[in-house]
Amino acid sequence: MQPRDGGPVDQAIELVHRADRARVLAGLIGLLRDFDLAEEALQDAFVAAFEAWPKTGIPVNPAAWLTTTARRKAIDRIRRAAARDRRQREWGELSVAWTSGSPADAIVDDRLRLIFTCCHPALSIEAQIALTLRTLGGLSTAEVARAFVIAEPTLAQRLVRAKRKIKDSAIPYRVPDPAELPERLDAVLAVITLIFNAGYLPGDGSAVVRADLCEEAKRLAVLLADLLPHEPEPIALVALLQLLDSRRAARADENGRPLTLEEQDREVWDRAQILTALQLLERVATLGPPGPYALKAGIAAVHASTRHPADTDWPRIVDLYDQLLLVEPTPVVALNRCVAVAMTSSPEDGLRLLDEPDLAGALGQYHHYHLTRADLLRRAGRAREAAIAYEAARTRTDNRAEHEFVDRRLEELSLRSGGPISHPMRGAAAANRQG
Amino acid sequence: MRYMLIIASDPALHPVPGGPGWDDLMAGYAAFSEQLASHGRPFSGDPLAPPETATTVRVRDGKTLTMDGPFAETKEWMSGYFLIEADNLDGALMAASMIPSAKFGAVEVRPVAEMH
Repeated sequence: MQPRDGGPVDQAIELVHRADRARVLAGLIGLLRDFDLAEEALQDAFVAAFEAWPKTGIPVNPAAWLTTTARRKAIDRIRRAAARDRRQREWGELSVAWTSGSPADAIVDDRLRLIFTCCHPALSIEAQIALTLRTLGGLSTAEVARAFVIAEPTLAQRLVRAKRKIKDSAIPYRVPDPAELPERLDAVLAVITLIFNAGYLPGDGSAVVRADLCEEAKRLAVLLADLLPHEPEPIALVALLQLLDSRRAARADENGRPLTLEEQDREVWDRAQILTALQLLERVATLGPPGPYALKAGIAAVHASTRHPADTDWPRIVDLYDQLLLVEPTPVVALNRCVAVAMTSSPEDGLRLLDEPDLAGALGQYHHYHLTRADLLRRAGRAREAAIAYEAARTRTDNRAEHEFVDRRLEELSLRSGGPISHPMRGAAAANRQG
Repeated sequence: MRYMLIIASDPALHPVPGGPGWDDLMAGYAAFSEQLASHGRPFSGDPLAPPETATTVRVRDGKTLTMDGPFAETKEWMSGYFLIEADNLDGALMAASMIPSAKFGAVEVRPVAEMH
């Protein structure tokens, strides 16, 4: 929603759109049980605001005005549809739902219900991400399409299909029972993480970071943590995203080329975000044994608390990865653990783990696997093998910034060819590209 | 809402009558049916004979074409079904996860398209 002329009414609408759209929309979906109708009614209400507010003045509570107006617009739409299709039954149900009203605190629950509906495992992961960004985040379909490098009609089609499935197969609009919550919460956390990663590690395009997606993901994580204050993992996710995001300004050089964790100027790291995250992690520690997000945040916290890369407490990081492998035994976790092992003992030890057939087989098409391998080979002084591994990484990503990073490394290797690499520890953290 | 739970089994993994695991499987189905009955909502369900017994019928231009075999040749085959009532998809998914054959194959959950 763009301001039309930037006057006070337009500014007020812009503000309420940014701050309250998700909350109002969630309430409407809860009431109407229909995503499309809720979105259309809210759109109608915004149009009505553009017409009414210049005459009546900006209401004291713009969000409440929008909710009331959107309900009325929804009823208008249903009446028109009922007249057309004789869908009297729906109108009857809506009247009942409307008169029962929704107390103010139920609006918060509506957003939580909406998160669980959007991130329902019966929907494809792409649909979960798109629905979450469209309904709870502030992004337009065009922006979501651009962020995930999908043609807009394809994305629109995907959203239509997802909404139809929610309706036709009766995916419920509710917070899961305590017995189901851990599994369903994992799905929500995964969606938010994927949104953040799409901003932090774009697989395509030329940017190193897409700040808008990182901000959306952080906002969603904070919302989830606020709505489920007794669950440790959403709080840990907020901390993790803040710790990763604290490095945003340091992650590329002045030419936009990505820098490794070790190369980054740690003075540029956002201290405020780091401090908040460390405080959140203290609270997480009081809420029970650490889950995967608490452990990942713990690893990021070790880096965030270390001013000089050489002082990094790698044995502590290996220990955290060991714990993480128990709760999340995935190849990517195993890959990152290899780096920590290499840093604790030797590059050769890391390479031995990396070349184990299970890991090599699982991650052979993943460009970070080859980058990690290349980096460990380089530090082991095996320049020729390192160059081959960098080339392997290059062919497995379309990201231009990543290509430039590989080119820079290859150039450095060729300058040094013929002899062992003089500073085997230099660029060590390059492998830890999550960093 | 009504949901069809379509059970697809991989014959290479699924217990066979009299073989290992068969008695447990039958006990599991008895327990599952009891659980469904305890909800007091109508349901139906039965196992199907193997796909070798299937015959497929198509009518084209008024002519009935009858063919030996199922309509699709797949590794997994439809070995049974339940038609249940549930409040929403979560209820149906919960029921599907309790079907004993889900351990050996898959259960497809499909809402019935109610015609008003």
